[in-house]
Amino acid sequence: MSDTTTEKAAPPPSGEEPPEEQQSRGGALAYLIAHQSAVVIVVALVIALLIGAVLIRLQGVNPWYAYETLIREALVYPGAFTRTLQKTAPLVLTGLAVVLPLRVGLFNIGGQGQFVAGAIMGAWVAYLTSGAGILGALLGMLAGIVFGGAVGALVGVLKAYRGVHEVISTIMLNYIVAGVTFWLVVGPLQAERSKTSGIPQTEAIPESARIGSIAGVPVGFIIAVGLAVLCWWMLSRTTMGFRFNTVGANKSAAGYAGIPINRVIVMSLAFGAGLAGLGGALEAEGTLHRFEPAIVGSLGFDGITIALLARANPIATLPAAFLVGILRTGAAGLQFSTGIAPEIVDLLLALILLMVSIPVLGKWIFRSRADKVSVASTSWGS
Amino acid sequence: MTWVTKNRTTLVILAAVVVAAYVFYYAANDIAPSMFVAAWGYAIPLVLASLVGVIGERSGVVNIGIEGQMLIAAFAGFFAAAYSGSLLVGVLSGVGSGLIAGGFLAWTTVRWRMDQIIAGVVLNIVATGITSFYYTPGQILPSLIPNLDIPLLQDIPLVGEVFFSGRSWIASFAIVAAVGVHLLLFHTRWGLRTRAVGEYPSAADTAGVNVERLRLVNVTLAGSLAGLAGVYLSMDASSTFERGMTAGRGFLALAIMIMGAWRPLRAFAMALFFGFVNAVASQLQQSGLGVSGEPSGFLEWTLAAITSPQILATLPYVAVLVLLGLAAGRVRPPGAVGQPYVKGDQ
Amino acid sequence: MSDPTRHEGTPESEGTPHPAGHGDTGADHLERVATTDAARELPPEQAGFGEGVIGEVLLDIQHLSKSFGPVHANRDITINVRRGEIVALLGENGAGKSTLVNQIFGLITPDTGTVSVKGDSTPIKDPKDAIHRGIGMVHQHFQLVPVMTVAENLMLGHETTKGGIVLDIEGARTMVRELSQRHGLAVDPDVEVDDLPVGTQQRVEILKALSRRVDLLILDEPTAVLTPQETDELLGVMKELAASGTSIVFITHKLREVLAVSDRVYVLRQGAVVGEVATKDTDATGLATMMVGREVVLSIEKDAATPKETVLSIHDLMVKDDRDLTAVDGFSLEVRAGEIVGVAGVEGNGQRELVEALAGMRKVASGQMTLGELDLTRANPHETHHAGVGHIPEDREKHGLVSAYSIADNLVLNEFDQAPYAKSGVRQFSVVRENAENLREEFDIRSSGVMQTAGSLSGGNKQKVVVAREMSFEPKLLMAAQPTRGVDVGSIEFIHRRIVEARDKGAAVLLVSAELDEILSLSDRIAVVHGGKVVAEMDGKDADRTEIGRLMAGDH
Repeated sequence: MSDTTTEKAAPPPSGEEPPEEQQSRGGALAYLIAHQSAVVIVVALVIALLIGAVLIRLQGVNPWYAYETLIREALVYPGAFTRTLQKTAPLVLTGLAVVLPLRVGLFNIGGQGQFVAGAIMGAWVAYLTSGAGILGALLGMLAGIVFGGAVGALVGVLKAYRGVHEVISTIMLNYIVAGVTFWLVVGPLQAERSKTSGIPQTEAIPESARIGSIAGVPVGFIIAVGLAVLCWWMLSRTTMGFRFNTVGANKSAAGYAGIPINRVIVMSLAFGAGLAGLGGALEAEGTLHRFEPAIVGSLGFDGITIALLARANPIATLPAAFLVGILRTGAAGLQFSTGIAPEIVDLLLALILLMVSIPVLGKWIFRSRADKVSVASTSWGS
Repeated sequence: MTWVTKNRTTLVILAAVVVAAYVFYYAANDIAPSMFVAAWGYAIPLVLASLVGVIGERSGVVNIGIEGQMLIAAFAGFFAAAYSGSLLVGVLSGVGSGLIAGGFLAWTTVRWRMDQIIAGVVLNIVATGITSFYYTPGQILPSLIPNLDIPLLQDIPLVGEVFFSGRSWIASFAIVAAVGVHLLLFHTRWGLRTRAVGEYPSAADTAGVNVERLRLVNVTLAGSLAGLAGVYLSMDASSTFERGMTAGRGFLALAIMIMGAWRPLRAFAMALFFGFVNAVASQLQQSGLGVSGEPSGFLEWTLAAITSPQILATLPYVAVLVLLGLAAGRVRPPGAVGQPYVKGDQ
Repeated sequence: MSDPTRHEGTPESEGTPHPAGHGDTGADHLERVATTDAARELPPEQAGFGEGVIGEVLLDIQHLSKSFGPVHANRDITINVRRGEIVALLGENGAGKSTLVNQIFGLITPDTGTVSVKGDSTPIKDPKDAIHRGIGMVHQHFQLVPVMTVAENLMLGHETTKGGIVLDIEGARTMVRELSQRHGLAVDPDVEVDDLPVGTQQRVEILKALSRRVDLLILDEPTAVLTPQETDELLGVMKELAASGTSIVFITHKLREVLAVSDRVYVLRQGAVVGEVATKDTDATGLATMMVGREVVLSIEKDAATPKETVLSIHDLMVKDDRDLTAVDGFSLEVRAGEIVGVAGVEGNGQRELVEALAGMRKVASGQMTLGELDLTRANPHETHHAGVGHIPEDREKHGLVSAYSIADNLVLNEFDQAPYAKSGVRQFSVVRENAENLREEFDIRSSGVMQTAGSLSGGNKQKVVVAREMSFEPKLLMAAQPTRGVDVGSIEFIHRRIVEARDKGAAVLLVSAELDEILSLSDRIAVVHGGKVVAEMDGKDADRTEIGRLMAGDH
């Protein structure tokens, strides 16, 4: 059978005038997407919020008042901004956890499980080593990266060497990690007082190994911002990033170029999951000061939304995560003032994601000139 | 007959399984029957959901959003029935919302060429958002979905007890659907065209088949099966809606589809298998295995861990990983799955 | 007695009719189509073409234009085809031939102009419509579902059914056998298409087109994958069909075939018709000149080779293909520095797997490959590249380029992590860019800038990027697989010259090509491959076309 190309060959040229120039520094498809659709994202956001306004109205509440309350609760009231930043930090990390593998063409939707794995091990190690002060906190973070990363590495190995699609394996691992950590938290790692109170949790991390704020800015947030920049730098300026992007853009060419594809797959998932794990450890050390099963909330899934909003650009996860952070922080206060359930945020985020992913954008972005084949789905059949 | 010789291995495996099942049934008569019954109960929505995946992927479209489709349908069916006081309205709403969700998926991925996996994930997130926010506790169903006991068949030991008695028509429909989709896919004109469209769409296109339209129709209609699966969850298996009640079944269904090599009857068998694994896990949890008192030493801790209810509950998920890992390279998805089709593609 | 296989009732399903007098199918039928002169001996009233005979106008295209964005693929094209004629559409790659026929077949819609079939100028909506109007097409890339059987493929779209729903495979099988007999193209209805050799697959593709009622049959580069003998056979079939009333429109870039079988030729260049001529009134040079618009040198001038030491040594190599079947089966060959060894063979005889194995992209089952002192047998692409192997891959879209990347990045695809393009893992963009500017000039890559995405370049320029990359690091061994496939004539000349230059600079060159002309023109030595092994080796000067053709077909 003659080899059929699934990509549309460039249309027959006139031979004389070459087509217009297109800047593509560093070149990955995902980067291109991020660069050129900022305006479209803002438009989508506006539309989503308008639809949200209608739905809020249907609940009998003035939508502009609701939105105003959200913003005030998240940014204006004393201490609110810090709280929002604190909420944003883990979101940036779970967002990066999806972005990194996405650049390789992989879909890591297991942020929940990876976060939890990092959180419990981070809390435990920080507790154990709290005698060493700040070093304990650092060790906890390291534990978070390692254990979260281990989950990711497993997904990567299953994908690269056994062809198990990461969408399925990450979701399965979410449940598996949930089960294992739950057992741990009512078993060997259970706090003394938890045995009487019935609330499953681990021992509290002593003051010395906790993470606080510097000048009102939570340390976790600073770390998250640093990592976002690091990821961006890695992807666009380093040879490692070139390898990631190439595998994502054209796997066959990557093989031809001598790039170790399997290793890249495992690494990207390990790194991404490690970031989610770090997010968990930071949350345990900085916010909750212990581990509880509920620590993760919807952070993992929000990470998916953030990565898609950020169009796989690490720097863009910052504003995207901030937006989600605002919504989540403001939600509690919103309920207090208007009676609207905090789940409204789930709905708003879903609408935003929908509007951002849908038609015009989808058509325009995913049918870019030379590559009509979209990024994530190509990994399904292989 | 040549059919028998061609399918030798399958028949042998099938025979072995049937024999083992019956042996277990009689040998462990105190727990076996209830386990089998539980297994089938767990499998019913999985059968329907995996058929959604099979139809979609055979047409060339990946459907990651089965989870969301089922969730929305469970929600819509339950609350429609509760508010309207009519079961029928509920069922129709559930199936209808499955259809609509399927239509959404179809339109965005086929017409607008959106990335299929992203579309599915978006659907899941939207479904979670809607069902979480509009959830109101305290609603009840007007009545339960009636059972359908099939006269003669229900008296067959084991098989009759499990499949043909004590279950609603949804359960029976699941069996009919599996057989039906198989026949449709491999013995009808629609099936041939669908498979061609999923394997090598340009061949179908140049033969005069409308690729886009077929994909649109297939993915949309398959949504009705997801809708029925959701209805089963909130109106049959249990009579309530809980947020997130699909609990990953949509993804399990995809795993089942893969392990069933995209064939409806094998997917049916795999769904049963998973049901059984789940039943085993439940049984182990109930029978209170495990270490008494505080465990000591690594070995005892590990044993305590494995037999704990929390970790036993992860058994089906672990099984998926193990089986998918083993299935690597032995099953081949339809050739064009995941790729949007652009005319003039050759 | 009722027919158990009820057809859908459309005239399409009756298949292409043939007039009385051509019903004989037998041993001498096959003999007749084997020689291209056969049809010339047919009396005029059966021929449907020839001097003085003017058939009805089947296809009339007026002022057809089609653009894709800024690219004018077809410009104001006017052509016609009469019944019983064989019309050739000649032009180099990128001239707009495929776009034109895709519009005739309903795969694309024209921007302006009309396509009239048998006098009816209603626009053709889609392939189904085209088929209904009597147009059939044999595509360059076969439109067959690999995992389905011949019967299933042939009935797709107009399935034989029982009761309108249930598939009737037996009926399909019967149809296949009937068609097979009628046109003398033997195929087994129950074999899966991907288990068939390429030549047979093409037969299936042709039968598929002929299974409907076809007044006009379009063939798009049909001989690309055939041996010279199979080509002759096909040309004979084409004449048969024309003689029986089915007109043929036949796309090609091979002058030889145009001259052998067509009645009239339209020459396309850059999307427009630049010449229409009766075949008997022209010759190869005339056609080539029209195709390119200037005097074309049909073969390249080169000095005699002065080969030195052996660079590449392949010994008894065994490599499996994607389906785990043996593709390379005991291949042995040596290539010396300063010589071009051409591997001639029809596609599908293990060439692709051979080159991939040499590049380190495919595992070797057994045997050995050495590059000078180095054992390459277990090397990966990174190692082979750094050992000095340049590889121009067969499929540039898939392996050779990353379409989304800039030209500059593509030019360092193999070396992106080496100094000076990177320092301790950090990429040095200015160095990459400078390198790209240099190469762009040296290799005449036509683009608006080195940061332009490679995917938007023309085929020829894309290939130049690949060639530039692979030649610029002065490889010890240069492997070129189908280096000028899908490339315009100007670029072909350029690439050929560069390959000879590489040889003159001392590289060992392994040229793998299905284009016999290319092999004959460039090679110092020729190795003919069939069934995964070398069946003959000879000096370039002693090469005889027919002899090689025989060897390529397995006749040894």
